[in-house]
Formats: sequence, structure tokens, C-alpha cells
Amino acid sequence: MTSDALVQLLYLAASVLFILGLQALGKVETARRGVVYAEIGMLLAVVGTLLHHEIVSYQWILISVVIGSAIGTAMGLFIPMVKMPERIALSHAFGGLAVGLVGVSEYLRHGPSISTLQMAATGFEVFLGALTFTGSLMAFGKLQGVLPGRPISYPLQNATNVLGVAVSVAMIVYLVLHPGAAGVFYALASFGVVLGITLVLPIGGADMPVVICLLNSYAGLAAAATGFALGNNVLIICGALDGGSGFILGMMMSKAMNRSFSNVLFGAMGSTPAAGPTATGQAPAAVPISSANEGSVEEAADILRSARSIIIVPGYGMAVSQAQHIVRDLANALALGGASVRYAIHPVAGRMPGHMNVLLAEANVSYDQLFDLDSINDDFVATDVAIVVGANDVVNPAARTQPSSPIFGMPVLAVDQARTAIVFKRSFNPGFAGIENELFTKPSTMMVLGDAKKMLGALVQELKGELKQAA
Amino acid sequence: MSVTVIMGLYVFVLAIFVGWQLISKVPHLLHTPLMSATNAISGISLVGSLVAAGSDHGRIMTVLGSVAVMAATINVVGGFLITDRMLRMFKTRTQRAK
Repeated sequence: MTSDALVQLLYLAASVLFILGLQALGKVETARRGVVYAEIGMLLAVVGTLLHHEIVSYQWILISVVIGSAIGTAMGLFIPMVKMPERIALSHAFGGLAVGLVGVSEYLRHGPSISTLQMAATGFEVFLGALTFTGSLMAFGKLQGVLPGRPISYPLQNATNVLGVAVSVAMIVYLVLHPGAAGVFYALASFGVVLGITLVLPIGGADMPVVICLLNSYAGLAAAATGFALGNNVLIICGALDGGSGFILGMMMSKAMNRSFSNVLFGAMGSTPAAGPTATGQAPAAVPISSANEGSVEEAADILRSARSIIIVPGYGMAVSQAQHIVRDLANALALGGASVRYAIHPVAGRMPGHMNVLLAEANVSYDQLFDLDSINDDFVATDVAIVVGANDVVNPAARTQPSSPIFGMPVLAVDQARTAIVFKRSFNPGFAGIENELFTKPSTMMVLGDAKKMLGALVQELKGELKQAA
Repeated sequence: MSVTVIMGLYVFVLAIFVGWQLISKVPHLLHTPLMSATNAISGISLVGSLVAAGSDHGRIMTVLGSVAVMAATINVVGGFLITDRMLRMFKTRTQRAK
């Protein structure tokens, strides 16, 4: 067997292991095994590549792998769970960078003699890689708070971006016809860099789950393009898996927000905050919202003491104030008092898919207590108290009842149907999207204002004190 | 269109189908680990970077390739580590009671 055939067989084995790994990731019981499969696959692919006849010098490879592993290990071990969206955004940036640089070096190597196929694939690779790189850095900046989370809009942004993408595609076509035009090639790469910035800046922080998924998809497609350029199937397969997964997750997220991809990308929702009450607003307009039904921690404790069934609804606010541990303490204290406590997780709660689940898992909340929208929403009617921690739009009843609302039709958690809703919120400011939430003014709702962590801490103390007295 | 392209497209399209089947079965609960894992897997661009860094086609290519190797390695190593770190935390009440 030639060494080339051996390399290809190793790639085949790697591809199979990646697919088995993803399959195992579909169940909690087998997920860790899935990671092991994928790790072995990666090892085989790397070993196979190092056997490649073109690789003659190992010095720089070794140095880069050592530095990369050191940084990767540090990031893997020490990044706190609450920073997961930022880490994912940053790793998309690294992925885009790697792919883009490989594309440039391929072009440098072949020059004008590059084949038509390679030119087309390399063009897409460099464009998508550059776009993913800067786009992900923008997403990271927004999540990290370096950049303002609000949409940054500028005149003619959609027209400019569409034109930019069209010109880039035209440049790829031109390069296929005239592969020697190095100037056009670097212009294409620069367009990718600039478009990554101009496409993501206008998108608001609350839409980041979809953006992160899309960037994941672009990173995958760029890797697949690399596979076409190098004639490497394992790259094509991984790129397709990654691109497909980002796309599917993005579609799930947009569906959970009742919006289309294009609306998220070009809508810049939240740039025009809704002023005043909506069309039907009668009661909410009359009652001064700031004092409507604010309650104290003691009052909340009184309600909770008599509650038998409780559902906790976490949102991005829980992540911001890092309140997941104290939320678990609250759940434990309530369970000790004999109540049944479950968690309802909305698909777009947080800044990335599955964000809340990971945070609660970190706080030692068992995953059999976590329920998604479809499986728990009918139970709110028969629930004594729903506790909302830092969630807003995902519990807004207007999505069901007010056709004039911008979020009408979005699937929401039916918190308003619970006998009582206790909402922990920083202030009465409307959510990111600037949409009024009538849940906060309903007579059956009690608002506890302040930092979620502090208020929940006080509530747990109150409940625990009571339990001790009883014992 | 050459046969190579078509063979590549075969692989690409079939992989998309497989990916679609697998990923739509992953529950919401595991979406963050899933994304983190696919991220690590997409570090497979390491394969292309290694060739660029090690094939001795001039200094610029070696530099570009080495930076690419570094970026891809960060994703592979960091991605797998953090995915496993997350998955270790997912437990049921009965598992915790033990």
C-alpha cells in the first residue's frame, strides 16, 4: 500500500469517527463518549497529514502546535461557563483566520497556474474565512461589552452590504477566468474583512444566538471550500457537518424568535425602541409602571411558602448577574419545604443555543429538572408560582395576544398563566428589543427589582430562616 | 466540470444529509456542547494548515501556515477540553445522589 493510500484510509477512519461522535452527542448519556470519538478522529487525521509527502520541515509545525496547544489548554480549562458565548465567538474567529490564511498561502503557491476548480474554491475559502474572522471578532466585542450591544446602524447599510457581497462574488468569477489577477484576489480578501465588520455591527446583542450559529456555518463552509481546493475529503466532510450544524441551529433559533434569517440579518430590531404603550394599552398606560406591583423579598417569600408547584424561568439576566448558583439554592430551599421545582428553558434564553442549560448544569442543577418550551408550557396553568429571573421577551404574553406587537407569533413561555408570577428584574427598563411587557403590570405578577443575585440571596435567607424556626 | 469536482460534491452533499439527520436529533439541552464540539471538529482545517506550514514553499507560506496551525490548534485543543468540561457537569438527580 502506498503512503498516499494510507493517508486516505486514515482520513476515512477520521470521518467515520467524527460522524459517530456527533451521533453520540445527541444523548447526554453518550455525549462524553462522542467527544472521545471525535478526539481520536482528529488525532488520526493529523497523523495522516504529517505522513503527507509534501511536508518536509517539521520545525515550525512543532512550534505552532506547542503554542496553540498551550493557549487552547488555558482557554479550555479556565474560561468560566458564563463566558461560553464569547469563547465560541472567539473560536469562530480563529477558525476563519486559519482557513483564510491557508487559502492565501495556496494562492501564493500556485500563482497564475492554479486550476479553475482550485481558484473558485480558494476564492470562497478566503472570502468566507476573512468574513468569519472579523464578523466573529465583532460578535465577541458585542458579547464582551467592548462594543455597544445595541445595533449600530448607518445609512444604506443593507444596500451597501448586499452590494459588497455581490461585488465579492463577481470578483471570484473574475478570478476563475483570470487567475493571475493577484490584485483582485487581495481585494476579495479585504472585502471579506470589511463585510465581516459591516454585516455584524448592525445586529443587536439579543440576536447574537442566530449570528453565532451563522458564523459557525460560514466557518464550516469555508473549511469545506478548503477541502475542495486541496482535494481533501475529510475537510469537505467536516466542513459540511459544521456548516450544516450552524445552519440548523440558526434556523431553530430564528424559529424560536418567530423571525426569518433575513430579518435577523437585515432587520436591526431594537434600533427604534417602541415609544409609549401599544395600540391596545389601556390599563398599563394609566398605572404608573414603576410602582405598579412592586413587591419586597419578604412578600415574595410569603407567596413561595404556600406554593406547592413552582417553575423557574431563567433568562440572560441570570447569566449577567451570575445568579445560577443562588437560583439553585432557592430551588433547593423550596424543595426542602416540600414544593415541586422545575426549570423552563426557552430556546433563545441567553446569548447562544443551550446557554441556560450549561449555566444551570454548572450550578449542579440536575438536567432532569430542565424542561424545554414544548414539554412544559402546558403546565403553567396548573402551577402555583412561576419565578422569572432576568427574562423578558421570552415571557411576554403580547407574543400570543397582541397582533400589533413586534414579537407577535413568537413562541413564549406562558408565565402569565401561572397563579402567581414573581419576576426578578434589574429595573423597569424595557428589554433589549424595547418592547413593553404586560406581564409586569398584571395583577397576578409581583415585581422584585434589583440585582438578581442580591435579591435572590435575601429571599433564600428569608426562606431558610423560616424553615429553621419550623424545625 | 471535472470528475474531481463531482466526487467532491458527492461527498459534500452526502455529508450535509448525514449532518442534518444527526444534528436535528440533538436536544436543546446539549446545544452549547454540540456547538463547542463541532467547533473543535472544524479545527480539521489544521490538516490544510500543516501542509502549508511544513511544505517549505518560501518564508511567507511558512509564516501564514504556522499562524494557521496555531489558530486551528487552539480550536481543537480548547474546543475538546471545554466540551468535555461542560458535559461532565450534566448529571441527573440520581447520579448526584450516588
